[in-house]
Amino acid sequence: MPFAQTTGHTRWTFADLAELLAKASPPRSGDALAGLAAQSLEEHAAARMALADLPLRALLDEPVVPYEADEVTRLICDGHDAGAFAPVASMTVGDFREFLLEPSTTGETLAALAPGLTPEMAAAVSKIMRNQDLIAVARKRRVVTRFRNTLGQAGVMSVRLQPNHPTDDPAGVTAAILDGLLYGCGDAVIGINPAGDSLAALGDLVRLVDEVIRRFEIPTQGCVLGHVSSTIELIERGAPVDLVFQSIAGTEGANASFGVNLALLREGRDAALSMKRGTVGDNVMYFETGQGSALSADAHHGVDQQTLEARAYAVARAFEPLLVNTVVGFIGPEYLFDGKQIIRAGLEDHFCGKLLGAPMGCDICHTNHAEADQDDLDSLLTLLAAAGVNFVMGVPGGDDVMLGYQSTSFHDALYAREVFGLRRAPEFEAWLARMALTGADGRLAQAAAGHPLLAAF
Amino acid sequence: MAAPPDPWRRLAALTPARIGLGRAGTALPTREVLALGLAHARARDAVHLPLDVAAVSARIAALGLEAAQVESAAADRSTYLRRPDLGRRLSHAARAGLAPVPCDLALVVADGLSSAAVHAQAAATIAALMPHAAAAGWSIGPVVVVTQARVALGDEIGEALRARAVAVLIGERPGLSTPDSLGIYLTHAPRVGRTDAERNCISNIQPRGLSPEQAAHRLAWLLREALRRGLSGVALKDESDLIAATAPPPVLS
Repeated sequence: MPFAQTTGHTRWTFADLAELLAKASPPRSGDALAGLAAQSLEEHAAARMALADLPLRALLDEPVVPYEADEVTRLICDGHDAGAFAPVASMTVGDFREFLLEPSTTGETLAALAPGLTPEMAAAVSKIMRNQDLIAVARKRRVVTRFRNTLGQAGVMSVRLQPNHPTDDPAGVTAAILDGLLYGCGDAVIGINPAGDSLAALGDLVRLVDEVIRRFEIPTQGCVLGHVSSTIELIERGAPVDLVFQSIAGTEGANASFGVNLALLREGRDAALSMKRGTVGDNVMYFETGQGSALSADAHHGVDQQTLEARAYAVARAFEPLLVNTVVGFIGPEYLFDGKQIIRAGLEDHFCGKLLGAPMGCDICHTNHAEADQDDLDSLLTLLAAAGVNFVMGVPGGDDVMLGYQSTSFHDALYAREVFGLRRAPEFEAWLARMALTGADGRLAQAAAGHPLLAAF
Repeated sequence: MAAPPDPWRRLAALTPARIGLGRAGTALPTREVLALGLAHARARDAVHLPLDVAAVSARIAALGLEAAQVESAAADRSTYLRRPDLGRRLSHAARAGLAPVPCDLALVVADGLSSAAVHAQAAATIAALMPHAAAAGWSIGPVVVVTQARVALGDEIGEALRARAVAVLIGERPGLSTPDSLGIYLTHAPRVGRTDAERNCISNIQPRGLSPEQAAHRLAWLLREALRRGLSGVALKDESDLIAATAPPPVLS
């Protein structure tokens, strides 16, 4: 169905919903690369006006990726809860933005609404929201998940401790884990990106993390970010796997490029559940996403990258994950060109994920070929901390020596805690106090060289 | 009074990661802020360093291999950074110039995002692979040196050469501590349209990561299995470390 909008003496037309959404999307290099972006700023403004007048229901009735061709669309449509949608069913996208911003629309309202919302609705409304809107609405919505601790509560921000090493050297990985723990990080997960993808190497890392967690009785979980099929095989071989990881995207084709489909993800979740290793809950999946992956896989169906990213959260929420991480600047400048685009995308992803009910964290990062630097990461960290992000990364010195990109550091997490008074997951916070790593005020204590964590190594 | 490193600074000898840095309040000490700034500047510069095609080709020729020079459809660095699609395709002239040379393995040496990595590691890695190839009896096609290239360009080159498999040796995106890290992507039965799930990757070939010999050992294992099973990618798990990474088999004279 075509759409039209008049601005002054110009009449703009948009052939279908996908074109309208793409041209209403804030400017970014990936949409330009795909040939989907608005050709002028006025066309972009006109598209936003037309989108604001669109009934929310139209986004349900006209899938942007065909139902027959895509299992993600089928997941979204077949899983839609009409009853939950009813309170907003008669609204336009513009009305919906205003409804979200009303103080009477609370976190409980949003939680009840989530099963009635599709990712296309979340993406559409985000395109007519300013950065402050994305923060103000997202901070109302807490998505709480549990495995060995409780993540996502109000006033809590957690950190994934990311102790990567260029050759998966056990001593090197362990040293970085200790550094992170001594800086009070690691409550979201101790999560390693392996350099090699051999089963033997993955199994060694799984056992290494498990040993650290058991030895010091740390109320957290471990994860080695290998392919879901490898992790299933590790579980079959008896490796002590806590969480099953997988990168996912918003179309069937893009998921295929990652070597996964929904059935394989279900198999992964079942395998993790069979381990029964969670002590306070059974959220066992860890997903990573990022705008641009569908275009990168040539599986975008003419849909803009931000809308497809929101569809990845619809995939994620179906598996009740512990953690969903948008790795916002990792993909490179051809998708998010500079600091401004990375910051906007991080806020959009966090908002859309939370609205849909995903426990959103963010790898606030950039590659060294993007037009961005540490000041941009500081800005996005500050904005996401204000927005109530569930977790961020903790990389030693912000420099990942395996993946070759820059993210947030253990120090950066301390900064955000200080500025916003944010606490750690309660079980982990108690452990830090017990280990005398934090003082009575919750701040980091000055750890001595003879601390038990260090004495063991 | 500069902020001291952390009491566990000794652990930093175990990893190139930036640990035990110390802190000023919650922030990094001044020396670390400045050191990070310098490393970022070097990484940014590495992205824009042009590949020395002549020097790389000469070192490959010295191994007794034929080297061919081609370029992708991305005309310059700025286009390359914004248009990955052009970096995955050969230029018209390059495509016309590639004649079939049926072989077991085609080698592609590509600048990617770090020419420094190619300058430092590519020829040494190919040299380390040669004894494995000789022992297995693999035929190696001409080594194609290509500029402004992305990984998937290997599919078009491998298909044009009619190679059974293609290995792309490519400069990885520069990290702060690692501006010169090389990666290898192996694809069985290369043809345009292969996805990343159909490739096996060996990454972090650099002075503080994998040595050229270790990388060649893994590549040889993966190639042997890829040719035997007729596939590459997620269905082929790298279990090369189950076999001791000893010295490569002696070359029969």
